[in-house]
Amino acid sequence: MTALLEARHVTKIFGGGLIKKRRTVALEDFSLAIGNSGQPMITGVVGESGSGKTTMARLLLGLESPTQGGVFYQGKDLRQLSRAEWRSFLQDVQLIFQDPFEVYNPFYPVDRVLMTPIAKFGLARSKAEARALIEEALQAVGLRPEETLGRYPHQLSGGQRQRVMVARALLLRPRLIVADEPVSMIDASLRATVLDNLRQLNEGFGISLIYITHDLTTAYQISHNIIVLYKGSVAEVGDVELVVGQPQHPYTQLLIGSIPLPDPSRRWRGEAPASALGQQAGDGAGCKFADRCPQAFSLCLEKAPPLFQTDDHRAAACYLYRDHALLPLEEMDQVFARRTAPARG
Amino acid sequence: MRPLLAVNNLRVYYHTAQGPVKAVQDVSFDLQAGERLGLIGESGSGKSTLALAIMRLIKPPGRIEAGEVWLDGTPVLSLSEEQMRQLRLASIALISQGAMNSLNPVMRVRDQILDGLHDHGLRLSRSEAEERVGELLEWVGLQRSVADMFPHELSGGMKQRVCIAIAISLHPKVIIADEPTSALDVVVQRQVMETLRRVQEDLAASVILIGHDMGLTAQFADRVGIMYAGRLVESGPVGDIFSQPRHPYSQLLIASLPTLEKKGVFQGIAGFPPSLLELPPGCVFHPRCPYAMERCSREEPQLRPVGPRHQAACHLLAEGQEVTA
Repeated sequence: MTALLEARHVTKIFGGGLIKKRRTVALEDFSLAIGNSGQPMITGVVGESGSGKTTMARLLLGLESPTQGGVFYQGKDLRQLSRAEWRSFLQDVQLIFQDPFEVYNPFYPVDRVLMTPIAKFGLARSKAEARALIEEALQAVGLRPEETLGRYPHQLSGGQRQRVMVARALLLRPRLIVADEPVSMIDASLRATVLDNLRQLNEGFGISLIYITHDLTTAYQISHNIIVLYKGSVAEVGDVELVVGQPQHPYTQLLIGSIPLPDPSRRWRGEAPASALGQQAGDGAGCKFADRCPQAFSLCLEKAPPLFQTDDHRAAACYLYRDHALLPLEEMDQVFARRTAPARG
Repeated sequence: MRPLLAVNNLRVYYHTAQGPVKAVQDVSFDLQAGERLGLIGESGSGKSTLALAIMRLIKPPGRIEAGEVWLDGTPVLSLSEEQMRQLRLASIALISQGAMNSLNPVMRVRDQILDGLHDHGLRLSRSEAEERVGELLEWVGLQRSVADMFPHELSGGMKQRVCIAIAISLHPKVIIADEPTSALDVVVQRQVMETLRRVQEDLAASVILIGHDMGLTAQFADRVGIMYAGRLVESGPVGDIFSQPRHPYSQLLIASLPTLEKKGVFQGIAGFPPSLLELPPGCVFHPRCPYAMERCSREEPQLRPVGPRHQAACHLLAEGQEVTA
């Protein structure tokens, strides 16, 4: 089955030219196929700033061209799509941004962000039909149309604005939504509702989601599978329960140990210093995490680690697991857990 | 024991064309020497305004309408501008939200640290100044060579450490840190908070940590205050607040946090925070409160003791009813 959207050996390098001489490898040899299993899944992509997570999103959406490799929509390179194919791509793949305020034009009521896609894609034949579509989408995200339509962006809370964006994405009935930090600017008490909306898009409407975030806890809550990025490379990937429950890569362990838990009786764990050898690691060819890794040894400084498949549903790019079978980068999604609904507690 | 900092019935309004925005309404709390108080609140809860009011940095159209702030026996709100200027940094320092982006981009770190010292009348020789800056940088876990750098050469975590170094340069008794790590990654955030805690303990200073991150507060504070719509609705020891929150808002807020253990059990709070221009009558939380009674829409509840050093403002508690989330 051809994937809806697929990144194949994508590398993105910024700079390195005449003006900006320093090269930054934002994403290195990244492969991921979405929508080839027939089951719509939520894939979490977690990383700190500089991990390449937003670059990955921009590449998948065609907002950025890869330096090497390619992004394919239904098997066709994004750079070679015909007008009609591009149009269908724009409808199938939707984006939800971090800041639910910047997308709005403050001079127009919020109705406009909902009307525009209907007009652009000819989703409705009459005004009444358009209105019905909008109301249906708003209700799907738990907003009352009569309290939302006609209002200006500043009259809505951050949570409401983001839910209108979720409704907008839903209007187009896409097959994939890429959500880049959709809840990081929303207050805690309203965040849960937006996350629930996203989960509903997946479960109720069969839409696949790529959920990009720096926040492991929310990624854990809604994702089926998770990809942990570090400096543009995949550190650990697989079933979210395994990766978060028993992290294997030393970086994932550090990330999880650094989360401040809302429980004063469980103090966060301090960072172990890098091993003596790891401290000597430079910007060489080895593992990008070696200079911070408490367990780094000679191999880590020589060559970047490939993915080792440690469980049926998980792989880690770390030589500590070199006894396990190699997993080629382009087959990363082979370890993804497949199921229709997330396990609920 | 006399508290180091006492805030009594502080009230701050912002005067707008639509009427007064009641940002802080009759907030009172004490801070003991060496204590770490976490003030938690969502956007618009008044927590940052409260910090600015204690520092007397409220700008028009904002105004401190009523209340008292006592710092170690000094009535802060009655001081002259010049006395207040001397008090800031020397006795009470603020690490404001986004402080790391307020470093002067064309000044070396050394000069930014010395700026505050000079402003408070310290006359240092070149070698003394060099030594002082070096000590401060080492204190916050930076190398002495950082003194020669410009802010753009520093990472976010390093910039925030420089801000901490500036804040502690005159050994203040109270440090107010307003979301000091909100733009940092989780690993760096932990490192910066550990640094803040270490210097706080070295100085035996008190800290007010202001933020919306309940996890961060749980890890850092001894005592926690929870704010909603300009009011302090609950305060108590950190262990009690997280294990047995008493105010319905605190309970729902804690229940709304996603965890790494249980999936799908967290829930948002229905409704939205009120507009500070048009507050609901009675308890400000009653329109969103699942336990609201008739009395709640009529009468505003006052903070009352519910345990050792633990207070909450809710009518349910007054009537001896147990609230369970």
